[in-house]
Amino acid sequence: MRNRNEYTYDVLVIGGGPAGIAAACAAAPHARVAIVDENPALGGQIWRNSFPARQSHPSGPWHNRLQQTQATRLHGLRVFDAPAFNTLHAEAPDGLHILRYNKLILATGARERFLPFPGWTLRNVIGAGGLQAMVKSGLPVAGKRIVVAGSGPLLLAVAAFLKSHGAQVVAVCEQAPPRQLAHFATSIVAYPSKISQAVQYRTQLAAVPYRIGWWPVTAHGKSQVESVTLTNGARRLTLDCDFLACGFHLVPNTELPALLGCSLHNGFVAVDSLQQASVPNVFCAGEITGIGGLDKSLIEGSIAGYASTGQNSPARKLFAKRNKALGFAAAMERAFAPRPELRRLPAPQTTVCRCEDVAHELLQQHDSWRSAKLHTRCGMGPCQGRVCGAATEFLYGWPGESIRPPILPVRFDTLAEAEKPTAQH
Amino acid sequence: MSSNCDAIVLGAGIVGAACAMELAHAGMSVTVVEPGVIGGGATAAGMGHIVVMDDSPAQLAFTHYSQQLWHVLAPQLPPAAEYETPGTIWVAADEVEMQEVARKQSIYVTRGLPVRVLDSHALLHEEPHLRPGLAGGLLVSSDAVLYPPVAADYLLQQALSSGASLIRQAALQAGEGKACLANGDILSSPRIINALGAAAPSLAPGLPVHPRKGHLVITDRAPGFVRHQLVELGYVRSAGSGTADSVAFNVQPRKTGQVLIGSSRQYNAHDKSVDHQILQRMMQQTRRYMPGIDKLSVLRTWTGFRAATPDKLPLIGPHPADPTLFLATGHEGLGITTALATGKLIRHILTGSGSEIPVEPYLPARAFHPTTETAHA
Repeated sequence: MRNRNEYTYDVLVIGGGPAGIAAACAAAPHARVAIVDENPALGGQIWRNSFPARQSHPSGPWHNRLQQTQATRLHGLRVFDAPAFNTLHAEAPDGLHILRYNKLILATGARERFLPFPGWTLRNVIGAGGLQAMVKSGLPVAGKRIVVAGSGPLLLAVAAFLKSHGAQVVAVCEQAPPRQLAHFATSIVAYPSKISQAVQYRTQLAAVPYRIGWWPVTAHGKSQVESVTLTNGARRLTLDCDFLACGFHLVPNTELPALLGCSLHNGFVAVDSLQQASVPNVFCAGEITGIGGLDKSLIEGSIAGYASTGQNSPARKLFAKRNKALGFAAAMERAFAPRPELRRLPAPQTTVCRCEDVAHELLQQHDSWRSAKLHTRCGMGPCQGRVCGAATEFLYGWPGESIRPPILPVRFDTLAEAEKPTAQH
Repeated sequence: MSSNCDAIVLGAGIVGAACAMELAHAGMSVTVVEPGVIGGGATAAGMGHIVVMDDSPAQLAFTHYSQQLWHVLAPQLPPAAEYETPGTIWVAADEVEMQEVARKQSIYVTRGLPVRVLDSHALLHEEPHLRPGLAGGLLVSSDAVLYPPVAADYLLQQALSSGASLIRQAALQAGEGKACLANGDILSSPRIINALGAAAPSLAPGLPVHPRKGHLVITDRAPGFVRHQLVELGYVRSAGSGTADSVAFNVQPRKTGQVLIGSSRQYNAHDKSVDHQILQRMMQQTRRYMPGIDKLSVLRTWTGFRAATPDKLPLIGPHPADPTLFLATGHEGLGITTALATGKLIRHILTGSGSEIPVEPYLPARAFHPTTETAHA
């Protein structure tokens, strides 16, 4: 029999990225707080392997602040179910963890959106953030030719990162039309930190072409990618490469809030001014309420942390800053909206669901996600639609389905023991 | 708008699809009414086990006949229907259940079914992941499995290519030769077949059909982990109980290599969300028989509603109170197995074609009691 661990906290924070860290920092002085993350260390996607970091890194002050609190850190826990009132179940290598709470703060972040095009399943075609994470975990890219393509501010950050690790970044290709992006560039004048960051990336990427309004149409190669053809609608261009780092901006990880019954609006969790979701005692912060990047996550996390412990006054003091961050998020959403041409990228034979090898032409015969799932197995594999769900929503306009436990694949005994009536109670 | 046809089939689950196919093949003009995904109700929630069961002579005749129909149809099914014949092993935990193995064997043999009694050793040889120490089992090698939504869609496509039409609307009312649809259209037909499964009473009030909720769990791919459909003989007790919630060890190898795990039965459960307590009981029961399953990864759980009748036999044939209304529901956990036979019986009843088995045990009239008797009870 494997271990069974039970905890109760006043405030339980799910997600150890910036929003979760800020929430824990704000709540911890006034409550018993735990912060839970599925990775071996805190930091989330953006601060992966840089928490703790050098003091000069933006995460430095937050690391110090969290250190000074009594917040418990629970690493390597994957939350898969919400089986009872104020209770979550998580799996760790040692078995089931039962987490009880009075207040819950969800900061589960976002993942990259992948859109299928011919060749996107070739080896070494990897998500932009995914490749960055692999390099942080030790994948050598020195001297490798890498094309970075897709959409969103992440592309520039990843390209700069790859270059700093010795990669030869062949080009950065952003699908957003130049006019759409120019409008965004003008609007970020209101956000000086964003400008300095953009300038910094551009400086680091001097001599790397940044092609705005270009998108990938085909990746070529036998067993792995050897080149990629891109277009701007009028012209085509083929670039040789060893890696194609490709992601189309971000989609929120709303599985857990949806399982808890939180209302969603346009795919994001709906929250009030104190970051409270529609379900009592549940607060949400960061990318799951709208893709807005680091500043929005830190501010919303702080507000949620304060509000969850009744500190409404410091929470309110952050409203003005949050409004600004929300303005930036809205501008970003407009700027990096995927262009309709991307719906025409997959060929009839192009795989859309990688887990179950389901081709575009099969899916086109269906009129709903459920119909496609039941009749083609699309989304039925180990990723449970996390990869293809965002693509099918964009390609075919299918909204997702209601969610059932477990929200992540979990060992049979973990799920079976999870339901065992607790003899102690 | 209103239109006429020879027969209206309400519901495109596997039973409705089979009825539509048979009637279309008989030359009738058929309209199928289904607002949702084809085979998206209990059909999608079921295991797709095509099994001969012998709770009663009528059940044995019906399941055996229908299984033979599936065997004949199998070569025409699309690969995505995942039709396979792994056989069933009825697992006996102890010597008392071995007596049940002997009883079952004698009955199955009289029908010419290929069966083999397994002792404790032979059982482990067939299924190495079962717990050692089980008494044995009965291997019925003709039992099959398939993937029901694709099979239902295949049957419906057969109907459509024989001239049937499909209307993607919900029916709000049915009877006296008319079906009223959600969009206001009225369909007229002297024959309306209610094949709505557990939802059948919504259009035929007073029908003695009750939802019996079930849970299923599916694992990630683990090819060869289970080789036959394995069902504990205690299942008969579980499935037979008319009122109490119950669980039974019931696992199935899918063609994908995944393991599909049942089964649970609950009355008076109308909420389709996963019930953690019964799910836990079901999974604990599975672990008792198959401890090695602990290390497999669970991908998904879901629920569905079987259409249960008091005597565990389906309702197939005319509604006693409305000569235009026909029923094809009440199949409980055997809707996939007996869909094809149901289609044949409906065809026989509506067209007078010959029938290979007697229809009387399944006629709905048996389940409707005169009101005086009900009041008396």
